Amino acid sequence: MEESPQGSTPQDQHQTNGEQQPLDEAPEAHAVEHAHDDHHHDHHHEEGFWRKYWFSTDHKVIGIQYGITALFFLFFGFCLMLLMRWQLASPGATIPILGALTPELYNQFGAMHGTIMVFMGIVPLAVGAFGNYVVPLQIGAIDMAFPRLNMASYHFFFWGGIVMMASFFVPEGAAKAGWTSYPPLADIETMGQTMWLFGMVLLITSSLLGAINFITTIIQLRADGMTFFRMPFFVWAQFITAFLLLLAFPPLEAAGFLQLADRLLGTSFFLPSGLVTADGPLEVAGGGSPLLWQHLFWFLAHPEVYVLILPAMGIVAEIIANNTRKPLWGYKLMVYSVIFLGFMSFIVWAHHMFITGMGTAISAFFQVTTMIISIPSVIILSALFISLWGGSIRFTVPMLFALGFLPMFGIGGLTGLPLGLAPTDIPLHDTYYVIGHFHYVVAPGTILALFAGVYYWYPKVTGREMNDLLGKIHFWGSLIFMNGVFFPMLIQGMAGVSRRLFDGGLTYSFSEPVFHYNSFMSISAFLLAVAQIPFIINFFWSLKKGKKVEKDNHWDATTLEWSATPTPPVPHGNFIHVPSVYRDPYEYSPPTGGREFIPQDEPPPKETETETIEADA
Amino acid sequence: MDLQIPYEVIPRRDTGVNNAKLGIWLFLASEVMLFGGLFAAYIFLRMGAEAWPGMMIPDTTTMAERADQVLSVPLATLNTMILIASSVTMVMSWASLKLNDFKKYKLYMGLTILLAFGFLIVKAFEYGSKFGHDLFPSTNMFLAVYFVLTGLHAIHVTGGIIVNAYFWGPGTKMWTQGNDHDKAHFTNRIEVAGLYWHFVDLVWIFLFPTIYLL
Repeated sequence: MEESPQGSTPQDQHQTNGEQQPLDEAPEAHAVEHAHDDHHHDHHHEEGFWRKYWFSTDHKVIGIQYGITALFFLFFGFCLMLLMRWQLASPGATIPILGALTPELYNQFGAMHGTIMVFMGIVPLAVGAFGNYVVPLQIGAIDMAFPRLNMASYHFFFWGGIVMMASFFVPEGAAKAGWTSYPPLADIETMGQTMWLFGMVLLITSSLLGAINFITTIIQLRADGMTFFRMPFFVWAQFITAFLLLLAFPPLEAAGFLQLADRLLGTSFFLPSGLVTADGPLEVAGGGSPLLWQHLFWFLAHPEVYVLILPAMGIVAEIIANNTRKPLWGYKLMVYSVIFLGFMSFIVWAHHMFITGMGTAISAFFQVTTMIISIPSVIILSALFISLWGGSIRFTVPMLFALGFLPMFGIGGLTGLPLGLAPTDIPLHDTYYVIGHFHYVVAPGTILALFAGVYYWYPKVTGREMNDLLGKIHFWGSLIFMNGVFFPMLIQGMAGVSRRLFDGGLTYSFSEPVFHYNSFMSISAFLLAVAQIPFIINFFWSLKKGKKVEKDNHWDATTLEWSATPTPPVPHGNFIHVPSVYRDPYEYSPPTGGREFIPQDEPPPKETETETIEADA
Repeated sequence: MDLQIPYEVIPRRDTGVNNAKLGIWLFLASEVMLFGGLFAAYIFLRMGAEAWPGMMIPDTTTMAERADQVLSVPLATLNTMILIASSVTMVMSWASLKLNDFKKYKLYMGLTILLAFGFLIVKAFEYGSKFGHDLFPSTNMFLAVYFVLTGLHAIHVTGGIIVNAYFWGPGTKMWTQGNDHDKAHFTNRIEVAGLYWHFVDLVWIFLFPTIYLL
């Protein structure tokens, strides 16, 4: 039953032989380093504040920059949602300071909530922060392959965020056409939409630079002995995610340029002929197609879903292996699944477009691919569940969040199946069911996993532990109230309540039986906000007052970021001695010897291993 | 830089490439997707169009039947020649560095930059004559596609000029004041810049028939 990768199979010994090659190269590399030694010493003096914290090229500092900025945006996007929920629970009610929400303001909040959460919150946190900080440490690299590009990537992200924020203050406010920016509405929107497009171009540029950097780093800078199948699953998840970002974002950039041309040059790529608005017929050449935008948008935005979920799966896999104290079940199966999933995610986009009248043949194709792509997701999730079996589970705070992720992502995935099939999608399309579905994937799914990552790697970054009790309060509050917010959405959606309604469906008779859920959801949302307070306190309080970690390998982990670096790691260079890797990623409770875990960088015991290699040769 | 990142210049043995070369190929892959998206949009829009180019021949009252009645094929052909020539000089500049002939490098790189400017000047005349006939991106879908696709390509050419001009001017310090390792690094940079330049050239090779001839 157990398919745990162990270090003593003949295949592995073959790998060990193969690894002699990079080792040969070491002298060469050292010679290079010597040539630069004189430059080296000059740079060891104290760096100024700006160089150290703002224009830093150290992947760890950039990771922290990403993390803090993204957490801020997550909080901001969450606040927008709270205002919307206030309005939905009691339409037209006066909100302190802001007054009653106008429909225009509600639409701005809706569009910007989605944009901020996806492009400025979760992706930067999952990829920019965790990827940047952890990936080089886990593969034994001293930094990313292109440190200055890495810095540029953060700055593009930051300015993209600033442009998006500034768009609230231009005449008639921010974008109101939803995070999907569907034309023709988005083409004839007010100035905020132009700002949105400029902001997106900056955010896309940031992602592209990041993706190039991640892929190059993972391919080129793995430590000696870190073969692809010895990479922790988190690295694999980031690797595939980077490919998705690299190849899926450019078509959206193309679409963004076309929409900018529509708005600024007066072209009509997305404007059909004969369009009439409230101000009379539009004076444009016409002949364009709103559907073209949808195709280009979803060609990005479906892989984007996996950009949101794969790093989360990676984090959960790390934490589950570490806290069950046994190898991941089916590590290789999970890796193959994640590769297949990355590939398939490029050919499922039109399942967002079943009601556009594409025709049954095309619908059939995309239904099939959509059902196929659910298979690798299920394999990964099942492998994570099976990994729990027979483990001696430590219920640490990160583990609680990781365990919370599993069923929540399960609900998110399963509620997606009816949306992947045209016959059931057509009645559910554009209802609250869709909102419930993808929020289950992203909020109680991905965000719980991201919290798990914060609790898991916080001691690595700061050298201090986070408070356990506050963490547990945060976990249970988040888990319960997230369900309180999102589960009723599924019920409302099945009753037919449309999304994006300013009054939450008050004026429709069919929504009457389910309308009262709005208050319940809004109360849950505000309690969810309350449940974040322990996290915020914990996060800042532990920086100064948290218990200092007693040893570098705080969680008794096998992966390099814990076993081979000091805690926190050395600025600029990470390692005191660059490690070599001799083992599979998760050698917990190995059957041989009385050891509880063996880190990846621990050399094999001298006599036995060398003999077998010689015998092999 | 504070750190010496491994495989900046020397290829990693098991992958066979250095970092920059892998990075530029990945970047070009994303560029393929960018222009792929634009070409796909072109196909999508043209399939939905009633007529293509769907406009009068300039200065006449007859409907154009082919794109070459609206656009100037001779100028575009000239531009194609210019870009291909610039790709050749780009390779020559890199080869000169390999042969340790820095003067020739300056010459060929300078030519590459001049040819690129030549391309943009011809492009400016083309655009100018369109504007002179009151033909703008907003006029119709054909011109919208023409201006936006060639415009994005021209932005890429401009980017190439900036990069190449840096390597022709201030960037040469790495070669003139550097040791052998720095020289190898500089040669590598020119190769990478060349890969980008050839890609820009290649995009034009696709754009020319697609927009002017088909």
